[in-house]
Amino acid sequence: MPNFIMSYLNSKDAITPGAAGSQFWALVYVFIIFTGVSVAVMAMNWLERKALAHFQIRLGPMRVGPHGLLQPIADAIKLMLKEDIIPAEADQFVFWVAPLIGLLAAFTVYTVIPFGPSQAVSDMNIGILFMLGVSSLGVLGIVVAGWASNSHYPLIGALRSSAQMVSYEVAMGLAVVSAILMTSLNATGTGTLSMIGIVQAQQQQGVWFIFKFFPLGLIAFGIFAIAMIAETNRAPFDMAEAESELTAGYHTEYSGLRWSLFMLAEYAAMIAVSSIAVALWLGGWMRPFPNLLNAPAWDFIFSLFPALTFFGLAAIATVGVVRMPAHSFFKIQRIGLAAFAALLGFIALLLLVIAVAGRSADGSVAARFREGIDYVYWFVFKVAIFMYLFIWYRATWPRYRFDQLMKIGWKVMLPISLVVLIMTAIVGVLVS
Amino acid sequence: MNDSTHDASNRALSNLDLESPEKPYLDSNELIINMGPQHPATHGVLRVILKLDGEKVLGTECVIGYLHRGVEKIAENRTYTMFNPYVDRMDYVAAVSNGLGYCEAVEKLMNVEAPARAKYIRVILTELNRIASHQLWLGTHALDIGAMTPLFYTFRDREEILKIFERYCGARLTTHAFRIGGCQYETYAGFEKDVKNFLTFVAPKIDEYEELLTTNRIWIDRTRNVGVISAADAIALGVTGPVLRASGVKWDLRKAQPYAAYSEFDFDIPTGTNGDTYDRYLVRMAEMRQSLRIIEQAVNSIPEGPIMAKVPKIIKPPVGEIYHSIEAPKGELGYFIVSDGSTQPYRLRVRPPSFVNLQALDTMVRGLLVADVVAVIGTIDIVLGEVDR
Repeated sequence: MPNFIMSYLNSKDAITPGAAGSQFWALVYVFIIFTGVSVAVMAMNWLERKALAHFQIRLGPMRVGPHGLLQPIADAIKLMLKEDIIPAEADQFVFWVAPLIGLLAAFTVYTVIPFGPSQAVSDMNIGILFMLGVSSLGVLGIVVAGWASNSHYPLIGALRSSAQMVSYEVAMGLAVVSAILMTSLNATGTGTLSMIGIVQAQQQQGVWFIFKFFPLGLIAFGIFAIAMIAETNRAPFDMAEAESELTAGYHTEYSGLRWSLFMLAEYAAMIAVSSIAVALWLGGWMRPFPNLLNAPAWDFIFSLFPALTFFGLAAIATVGVVRMPAHSFFKIQRIGLAAFAALLGFIALLLLVIAVAGRSADGSVAARFREGIDYVYWFVFKVAIFMYLFIWYRATWPRYRFDQLMKIGWKVMLPISLVVLIMTAIVGVLVS
Repeated sequence: MNDSTHDASNRALSNLDLESPEKPYLDSNELIINMGPQHPATHGVLRVILKLDGEKVLGTECVIGYLHRGVEKIAENRTYTMFNPYVDRMDYVAAVSNGLGYCEAVEKLMNVEAPARAKYIRVILTELNRIASHQLWLGTHALDIGAMTPLFYTFRDREEILKIFERYCGARLTTHAFRIGGCQYETYAGFEKDVKNFLTFVAPKIDEYEELLTTNRIWIDRTRNVGVISAADAIALGVTGPVLRASGVKWDLRKAQPYAAYSEFDFDIPTGTNGDTYDRYLVRMAEMRQSLRIIEQAVNSIPEGPIMAKVPKIIKPPVGEIYHSIEAPKGELGYFIVSDGSTQPYRLRVRPPSFVNLQALDTMVRGLLVADVVAVIGTIDIVLGEVDR
């Protein structure tokens, strides 16, 4: 087998993503991430409808597949088959290109997201800057969509969201800077903008940045967590698509596949910004309590979590199979859900085998696999918490008004993030 | 575009002080947008033409009539009894109140009085309906402001009221619960138990709604000092109901001109101070609790006896005219009936609270933002079936 393939598995040193010799793996990761994010968006779509429904004492999708599991696929097919309408008065080309800009921006961010020390497409030395730059391109897609539609509601929606995103990016950027500042406050005194470097800095300093210089890290994280909701146009900051005011905001005139691209971009952006929050403040791929519970036995216990999670999902699916009414109408759904449970159980077994086989950190292939799975699992786990919070916010809160949103952005969040930045610098100098 | 809508929009635009009706657009700063008749937040088919400077509202113009069914004209071609179900279709959210107003107006015209038991049943059902109407208002109003969840909670609890209606008279929404002279149906076995169960069921649920909204920072930001209307303005515009009371005017027809059996119950009239959207919210929440109080008293002291007064089979009121109004959930609901001594009204005019309250929209939203228009339409609590009749 060619060396560049085996190098990844054999090497005892961590491979630097994107460096010479690992382009092959970068390409592999591009494919994995692209399909992974698309599947995650579908799963998120299903989860949001289900969770939101249960918040609101409804059942949510129940008809397409067991417990509506196939609903996102059915929706995707429906959207692809729908007539592609471009309004006669719209600017055809711009209308056509707008969703692609948003989608491109949302997906490009994933190039620098570190799922593990070597589980990333690239380790750009300006990773976080690249991320901020690219993700703010997303607003271009929205503005252009609103303008190209040549209609009042989309125009107002687009203007709202552009103003909103631009003003929240300032506070967001300052919060990010305070996290970057923390990376330089170590023994060697050198900071980094690389996403992988930022997580490694947390590893070396032995503290997640959310807890560093308490409460400064926490406040910076809080500001980022609020700004990222505004940045992705989610409730309670979903001004741009405020249904009750602007019908559907910037995508009012869009339908079918183009509309679904906007949705895809929105969810992909949600996952992307959550990933950044995880990488910057929550220790990225590190497992919980890396300091407190640092015995090898704990390492082993925590490495069982991926398998346990899939066992749990399989158990839930099995309960679903058992509880399904014993009517012939549900026969196919029963078989389908049972097969799904079996698949989940099989994955769980596989993970369990890997976790047991690779329990010693001796650099064997099994151990490297185990490590990689752990990294990705804990990263995705933390991101999933954010995804759930996004749904929770949407179910709980009313929507802010546009001027109030701007007031919070400029008069509350910006001063706080500035103060946090200055305090972080001062405290950092004093401590070192 | 057909001629009638064209005329309507021209007239509407001219009321917004456009320089010349021929010019379709103003200068680049101002924007005319149509909100409705197909819009998620106009509660049916209300069309509001907004003149905007950016997002700021410079003026509004309501275009109504998309749900006009000519109810008042229909009345002239129906007997008094036949017209009774039609009134349910005006404010279909509070059909029982509509029926009560109509039946009492005709009774007053005929100079008959419903028996005590019928009056108590009327009070119980009407107050239940008031709670149902306020619940629906709360759900949709919160949805307009962006809180999705209260809608489902209020609909869950409103269902219990509709179940009681269904068991009482077979219908859930357009109930046709009352007849001229009393009630057609005796209460079903277990009615009192159902109502009492409902009282204990719904009181904590109202707290639940309040938990979600009353102290919610975003809710307060979105509603306080939004859509303010002073007591003087409200009176001048003829605004009634919770909207008037939130401006600080203690005017409730149940106390001011007691009808049915309301004079026998002890309840308060909740009022606000600022006349803003938040106050109107608080007033309606308090009203739900007061309704519970009224129902509790009524169901505990409901007298025995007949439920129908002696009225002839063919209702032929004497020549004359009558105006009778009740406190519907949305405000003063009045019926003006002119009788020529025949079996059909010579003229019937309805004073619908939604229609009159909707006049206040322009006063309330001038200078606010587009998002507030939606909040204010919600807080006025209109039902287009009643506005257009």
